[in-house]
Amino acid sequence: MTKPRRTQAANTTRITYLALLTLLLVAPVIGLYPVFVMKLLCFGLFACAFNLLLGFTGLLSFGHAAFFGSAAYVTGWFVKAQGWTPEMAILAGTVGAGLIGLVVGLVAIRRQGIYFAMITLAIAQMVYFFCLQAPFTGGEDGLQGVPRGNLFGMLSLQSDNAMYYFVVAVFVLCFLFISRIVNSPFGQVLKMIRENEPRAISLGYQVDRYKLLAFVLSAALAGLAGSLKTLVMGFATLSDVHWSMSGEVILMTLLGGVGTFFGPVMGAGIVISLQNLLADKVGSWVTVIIGVIFVLCVLAFRKGVVGELQAFRERRSAAAQAGSKQA
Amino acid sequence: MEIFGIPHQAFLGQLLLGLVNGAFYAMLSLGLAVIFGLLGVVNFAHGALYMLGAFAAWIMLDKFGINYWFALVLAPLAVGAFGVVIERLFLKHLYKLDPLYGLLLTFGLALIVEGVFRELYGASGQTYPVPELLAGATNLGFMVLPNYRAWVVAVSLAVCLGTWFIIERTRLGAYLRAGTENAALVQTFGINVPMMVMLTYGAGAALAALAGVLAAPIIQVNPLMGSNLIIVVFAVVVIGGMGSILGSVVTGLALGLVEGMTRVFYPEASNIVVFVVMVLVLMVRPAGLFGKEA
Repeated sequence: MTKPRRTQAANTTRITYLALLTLLLVAPVIGLYPVFVMKLLCFGLFACAFNLLLGFTGLLSFGHAAFFGSAAYVTGWFVKAQGWTPEMAILAGTVGAGLIGLVVGLVAIRRQGIYFAMITLAIAQMVYFFCLQAPFTGGEDGLQGVPRGNLFGMLSLQSDNAMYYFVVAVFVLCFLFISRIVNSPFGQVLKMIRENEPRAISLGYQVDRYKLLAFVLSAALAGLAGSLKTLVMGFATLSDVHWSMSGEVILMTLLGGVGTFFGPVMGAGIVISLQNLLADKVGSWVTVIIGVIFVLCVLAFRKGVVGELQAFRERRSAAAQAGSKQA
Repeated sequence: MEIFGIPHQAFLGQLLLGLVNGAFYAMLSLGLAVIFGLLGVVNFAHGALYMLGAFAAWIMLDKFGINYWFALVLAPLAVGAFGVVIERLFLKHLYKLDPLYGLLLTFGLALIVEGVFRELYGASGQTYPVPELLAGATNLGFMVLPNYRAWVVAVSLAVCLGTWFIIERTRLGAYLRAGTENAALVQTFGINVPMMVMLTYGAGAALAALAGVLAAPIIQVNPLMGSNLIIVVFAVVVIGGMGSILGSVVTGLALGLVEGMTRVFYPEASNIVVFVVMVLVLMVRPAGLFGKEA
């Protein structure tokens, strides 16, 4: 009875994803502004990377801007000052963020919960001050006018459409990669750590190693998102690495649905759209609106948009099942 | 005269500046410790409450001509009342959940409060005059001590000592501590725990506001003054051991001094030295200097 229902749900999910992918592919043709969609995808990827840690491992990092922002700077600097090709610069940003993630992770996983959050926040603030003072980051101005360059030295990304399909390709690959991680045995161990860490320890798992690897993966993917963002927008600034960015990515994930696959992307979409729509209309009230959404999410919608939808679907199918039994 | 190759005036000046900063760290992390101890909430809004305290004092003077000495009492009362409202409206729904939700909620609140003030007053600072009684400086012979800064250190030490005394040595403090251990049990003794929790958050908010009023004549009163400070205060709390009152006070003062000294010898690192210390301490003692191993 339950088995065909579950496949049905899986089918619906697959169809939804295919529809979304098609929409992504035709977006520039039907007149969606490619730079906006690219920005959305970059932040969607950032939120997915963050969710790998919070949603599937149960670790709340309050310092993910450090990885996003430092990778943005690294990529920007390699492209602009060293003339690297975009794919090499992205690789450098991603690896750099992963290495910073390794160092931060080694310190932070020594504590749990609240402490973990505060330690990541504090170390991220060190990264922020480093970026503020280091000679190659441009200080308060940041790196401006970063060229997109030629992919593999051949394919120009200068046009928004070329860049767009590159970003879509990277995003889809990363999305698949993350779902592959989560659905692997490794991902199962991560979920077990989230649900019951003492039990995982007593079963003989080296919990700290799993957490550290999850942290490094999440940091590297967040870095990849930051690198892409630099190429798309052409700049890397202090706001990429400021702690309010760490807060923003938490909001995106929470709003969309912690621990769901698509939730973070949707959350990023909502937040970025709101910022784009409201920025010229209400000025700095945007911060206040973001704050209000934050408070509402924590008080009333802890599952997030996608999570609430899933819960609704489950309730409905449970009700239908109960109904069919009665009949 | 020179100390470690630095003119002693500059050296002692930075030492004093460090002590003043340390006094603020101590008062703010003390409030955080009290709130965390009883409510289990990491109050991200603490910086915003500190900012509110400073703005309350500035508005009282600017709009109503209420002087510093009254503001010193009225601003913390007003912000404390605001804290009580926050607790009733928002925080009390979260006590049964993971403490991370408290952190996220208060983060949202901080965004709202700071956003509103930035919209109303802009990002530039407002100046608040030093009260006449404390203007000027005293020449101690080996250095010139600005009276107001000496006053700030004295007041915050007194407040820290007072809070420590209330919590560790009085009956009320015993109830508070018992309430953190086992709220249900304390409730059966006829003590109104929800009320106690509410007033504790109010008191923590008032402490933050008092620090804000004290800071107003020293720094520019601006909407972002809290968010710049709160992360350092978090680091102080992590180093001291979360929830430990003694730890907050001692670590706060000590880190202020460390920061001041770094500014003398290696200014580039003064912004991050607190975080470096935090990392080093965590390597050796993951629970913090005064914390209990959880």
